[in-house]
Amino acid sequence: MISIRHIITLFKKDVLLEFRQQYSFYGVLLYVASTIFVLYLAMGQPENTVWNGLFWMMQLFICVNAVAKSFLQESRGRQLYFYSVCNPVHFMVAKMIFNAVLMLLMSMVSLMLFRLFLGSPISHPLLFIGISCFGAVSISLVFSFLAAIAARAQQNAALMAILGFPLIIPELMLLMRMSNIAFSDVFQSGLMSIVFLLFCFDIMVLVLSVILFPFLWKD
Amino acid sequence: MLRKNWWKILSVFFLLYTFTAGFLGGVPEKPILNETIRNLYFHVAMWMVLMIFLIISLVYSLKYLRHNRPADDICAVEFARAGVVFGLLGLITGSVWARYTWGDYWSNDPKQIGAAIALLIYLAYFVLRNSLTDPDKSARISAVYNVFAFAMLFPTLWIIPRLVESLHPGGMGNPAFNTKDIDSRMRMIFYFGAIPGWALLGGWICSLRIRIQLLSQLNQESNV
Repeated sequence: MISIRHIITLFKKDVLLEFRQQYSFYGVLLYVASTIFVLYLAMGQPENTVWNGLFWMMQLFICVNAVAKSFLQESRGRQLYFYSVCNPVHFMVAKMIFNAVLMLLMSMVSLMLFRLFLGSPISHPLLFIGISCFGAVSISLVFSFLAAIAARAQQNAALMAILGFPLIIPELMLLMRMSNIAFSDVFQSGLMSIVFLLFCFDIMVLVLSVILFPFLWKD
Repeated sequence: MLRKNWWKILSVFFLLYTFTAGFLGGVPEKPILNETIRNLYFHVAMWMVLMIFLIISLVYSLKYLRHNRPADDICAVEFARAGVVFGLLGLITGSVWARYTWGDYWSNDPKQIGAAIALLIYLAYFVLRNSLTDPDKSARISAVYNVFAFAMLFPTLWIIPRLVESLHPGGMGNPAFNTKDIDSRMRMIFYFGAIPGWALLGGWICSLRIRIQLLSQLNQESNV
């Protein structure tokens, strides 16, 4: 019970910081909007496969930016403070929940903007919204942990991209296969097995982060 | 153990056996595959060795995280290095084979993509190591990444290829090769020649590199 309370407090701290600074939210929002606008200028309304590919690439880049900011903005002094007052596992779980919520919000915004600018070729919109929520959470979990590594290495987002892109390809491949199902008019089987696999992926990432984060934490 | 000679001689013996029996021995006549099936002794064996070495590297990373001994970190990185070299060789032998059976060196097959991802993940591991200057910190953070990367790699190489269509032998079942394609003559050379031969050769390379690294570390310490 106490640990849940601690996690909620840490999560509230992140949200509050976000509201006060309004830095990463609006920063990433502007990033999303301008990138989608550039895409619109570059290719108008693309066909289904291109739309799908662009959408997931967009999610990837949003995630790198949004999640990286949430970890890298903590200064050294503040990290030392957290180190002395809270449990690393609570800290990591709170960060992951915060990043997942941020990423969910961002992916919904980008889905809306995609529909607005790049057309809406999806034949099962609700299914696609579900898939993109699931995808957003999965991607944000992986990148939360990588951001923790990159933050320890005192590097910028470039290191995170180098570490993260190869690791995220399998998940992205599964997500694209899943969302292709939402594009086609005929409902295809095989959705549930991919959902199950991705779910296992997420659980694995969660468990590994909880186990490994304490090692990154001590300095 | 590392300085003993018998297993090095054994490795040479196994490899000589693989090369002579592998090129001269009989193979089942399969359409399309024909004589290229002999690539089993090289390409498939190298990927098996990659897998073995990455598992050893993982074990040393876990040991490092438990006991904080620098020697474990050196072992982990050297086994990962040798594994990546074998992976590269496996990728090259695989694409040469693909040129003669599928018609092209690279055809975006899920297995080829998986192999490329595996190599990229471990190249990122070396980049991460080099980006950190403090040796203790570099060892710890890269050990953490190694564990995480291995866990992410495992589904890429062993689960996803089973779900998607691929031209690679073994199709939807065993991701490495089709066990029905080979006969007892080939199985003999593969399990009792190629895999132990390449694995021991790789182990030899690793043991030399680990000894060099340990000595240079000792040298640095005595200079300080």
